[in-house]
Amino acid sequence: MRIFFDPEVLAAAWPGIRSGIDVTLGLALSSIAAGVALGLVLATVRALIRGAPLRPVGGLIAAYADVFRAMPPLVLLVVLYFAAPFAGVELSGFMAAFVALGLVLGASAEEIFWAGITSVNRGQWEAALSTGLSRGEAFRRVVLPQAVRLTIPPLTNRAIATGKNTALASVVAVPEVLNQAASVQAQTASPAPLLLAAGVYVALFLPLVRAGRWLETRFPTR
Amino acid sequence: MSEFFQTFLNLEVMAESAGLLARGLLVTVEACLIVIPGGLFFGAGLALAQTLAPRSVTGLLSWGVDLVRAFPPLVLLVLIVHGLPFLGIEPPPLLGVGIALTINTSTYYGEILRAGILSIEPTQWEAARSTGLGTAATLRHVILPQGVRNVLPDLAGNTLEAVKLTSLASVVALPDLLRMARVAQGVHFNPSPLILAALLYLALLWPLVRLIRRLGGRAVLPA
Repeated sequence: MRIFFDPEVLAAAWPGIRSGIDVTLGLALSSIAAGVALGLVLATVRALIRGAPLRPVGGLIAAYADVFRAMPPLVLLVVLYFAAPFAGVELSGFMAAFVALGLVLGASAEEIFWAGITSVNRGQWEAALSTGLSRGEAFRRVVLPQAVRLTIPPLTNRAIATGKNTALASVVAVPEVLNQAASVQAQTASPAPLLLAAGVYVALFLPLVRAGRWLETRFPTR
Repeated sequence: MSEFFQTFLNLEVMAESAGLLARGLLVTVEACLIVIPGGLFFGAGLALAQTLAPRSVTGLLSWGVDLVRAFPPLVLLVLIVHGLPFLGIEPPPLLGVGIALTINTSTYYGEILRAGILSIEPTQWEAARSTGLGTAATLRHVILPQGVRNVLPDLAGNTLEAVKLTSLASVVALPDLLRMARVAQGVHFNPSPLILAALLYLALLWPLVRLIRRLGGRAVLPA
């Protein structure tokens, strides 16, 4: 049993994992912010476009959401990191992971916001427009605030999933928690660093997973 | 433009790596055939346990489920595949991957099925029991058929996630589709196999995404 909790190995692994926590958090927060913003912008555009010339834009946004829902995030990350350089685009591991996670979350967030927007009763649009609000104002002041309430639980869960998916970045040599643990594990031939990393992930994500569960019961979506 | 095709959609390279990718696709399918039925089986067990067990037990179960969910799937996978050998257990790679991903995905299937069971009115239970059905028969003939139907879109959604999850197997050297695409890319020094693999994943999963949308059937925004 001692090999799993070897104090010397744990002490050697801690500084790397400690700095990995900063990288994990930095990558998680930046891709969550980018993904949610992207999803909100796309859903807004999709809700506001009208008329024949712009109709295809809505279809394109829906297609984007479909493609990135179907694509495994790791496949996307590997393509961005290992194929893009052939086009002269050299992304660092961190940038590739940021773009991949942001695009994937953007697709789910667009879907979630869109579902929220479409669930707002048609009468709300009509009432807002009849008071003289423009379409944009009606959207911003009447429809969106009601839509956002419905989006909070699923969006929280997708954000947590994005945070956990930062572990994928270890594959493209980003020195986040898992990558740091794996490199010490390779040097020491001991499973202790991996267990330490697992403990770090549990400490980071267990409270969030519990909070997500609480939100689901607090704001039921169905 | 032709240079672009030469680099990213090189048909010659794609044709030469087709064999490797086909072998990889087979491994991906094998992994799915372990993870999806396994996840559904243990998920159903979890859901039933959470429905039938006394409150104290269900509270513990929900903490257990959340503990598993707190692990990024890749961390769980690496821990099991690289950690078990230190306990003297060395499962074949496909089985190790199967175990790790089944543990992960069964917690999601479990919560979905539980929500399905909870979506059935208590009066259905009472009516079934009053006709003389036992608990097991009530579940089997009355609750589950309706409950599962209610969460079909979510079950399909989690199955999509489970298939996507199998791409993680490439990280622990299982020769799945993604891994073989990387190998072929190395052999030809050309990214076309990677692009082909990505397109294969899309071809495999896009219909599933469309199906989920059909099952979900949402209202449209007033134009």
